[in-house]
Amino acid sequence: MSDETVAAMALTELPTRKSFFKPHRIVLMAIAAILVFCIVWFMRWDWVPKYSGRLAYGVGVTLLMLFVTSVLGFLLAVPIGLVQVTGPWPLKLLARSFCTVIRGTPLLLQLWLLYYGLGSLFPQFPEIRNSFLWPYLREAWPYGVAALTLSFAAYEGEVMRGAFAGVPAGELEAARAYGMSRFTAFRRIWLPRAVHRALPTLNGETVLQLKATPLVATITVIDVYAVISKVRQETYITYEPLLLLALIYLCLTAILVVAFRYFERRIPTRGA
Amino acid sequence: MADAGSLINWSLLALEPPGWGGVMLAGLWQSLQIAVGGYGLGLILGTGGAMGKLYGGPVAKDLLEVYTTLVRAVPELVLILILYYAGTDVLNQLSALVGFGPVDISGLAAGIFVIGVVQGAYSTEVLRGAIKAVPAGQIEAARAYGMSPVQIMRRITLPAMLPHAIPGLSNLWLIATKDTALLAVVGFSELTLVTRQAAGSTKAYLLFFCAAGVLYLMITLVSNVLIGFIERHYRRGMVEPVR
Repeated sequence: MSDETVAAMALTELPTRKSFFKPHRIVLMAIAAILVFCIVWFMRWDWVPKYSGRLAYGVGVTLLMLFVTSVLGFLLAVPIGLVQVTGPWPLKLLARSFCTVIRGTPLLLQLWLLYYGLGSLFPQFPEIRNSFLWPYLREAWPYGVAALTLSFAAYEGEVMRGAFAGVPAGELEAARAYGMSRFTAFRRIWLPRAVHRALPTLNGETVLQLKATPLVATITVIDVYAVISKVRQETYITYEPLLLLALIYLCLTAILVVAFRYFERRIPTRGA
Repeated sequence: MADAGSLINWSLLALEPPGWGGVMLAGLWQSLQIAVGGYGLGLILGTGGAMGKLYGGPVAKDLLEVYTTLVRAVPELVLILILYYAGTDVLNQLSALVGFGPVDISGLAAGIFVIGVVQGAYSTEVLRGAIKAVPAGQIEAARAYGMSPVQIMRRITLPAMLPHAIPGLSNLWLIATKDTALLAVVGFSELTLVTRQAAGSTKAYLLFFCAAGVLYLMITLVSNVLIGFIERHYRRGMVEPVR
């Protein structure tokens, strides 16, 4: 996925404060306020207090999923990107076909393949049943983490490939001329510069990853989406839980975007 | 017990009823129909949205901003649920109001609508970026020639922006084909749901999910080849980007 597509799919810009209040905006905001009031007043929200504890737990699971899979996926993406730039051809081919396969199939299918496919295959092997991993492999969440991690690694690996390739060769040559070893040059120059280049896209990819997390609810992981589905089943209310869910994701996205912008500002750049 | 020979039973993929191959191909056909329909609807919405965002009045601009912001910040799965239920509900109530009674909305139409609305927000952003990449002088020149806005659109803006839009739009097409899988969650029998049913009733999970993966991968790879042709055609005469 190119940078523009990531930017088009994931919200990475929030409205600026400057010139926000204009005459027509005030009218629009009044209409929006009336709409929100109608939603709050005329729709049923009495179930919220009863489920608030479970909702908070669900949000926690969603955020944990997002954090763990993004970090693991990024750690996997660095070698995938690097290998595609400098690796020997078998590794290059392997990394490229991994990216193509993961990016060419829907995440839902990968998730079900891991959960139902591997999950039905593992019990047939007594070695796995007797190993210390078995109590975890019987749960759903390891499969969710695995699928989301692989997906993030594939998309981000492609971004990191571009970022590694885009670091000016002169900087790496300068590092070598200073007598740094290849690894030191990688640690001090190549990786930080590549991460810096990839940071705006990383922001978008993380928002996309947040938007992918509700899929784990289809394999019985209890995240916020699963909690809302439970509410809908138990109370027979159709729309209100979904609206609340949309609001929750809206807030999570906004928090992510603000956090990333903070990190981007922390990195000094030469102003043009 | 795990025995390599018995693990893979290829006859399950046969096209005739004891095998599930025919059912899966039917699911693939449904998926493709939704992807094409949703992508087309998204392009129409996106063109209108990009025009409105660039040249519309302040109210239209703000409303479109709200549309694209909401769709881009909320997961597709949640949007699909909301639009699927709300869309069919609103349509039913409208037809009851007019006096037709409840209408039976085909899953196909609902799926196309849902994917189209989601794609519309993305393609609005892609097309807006592409239109902004057209040099302003070209559009001013067209205006100086006395062309109407529609003529400018047809003769200058659309052809000049296409090379910039094609990479983004082709990515959106690939996303549309993969987003159709999410309709499995609302019970529409496209490829992923059909695969799950086949896998569940035969217990050959790995075989069927891998087969479906191959089908999706085929769509992507064939699309990539076609996109390559289209891109080369529309970029002719342009300077090659530096790689």
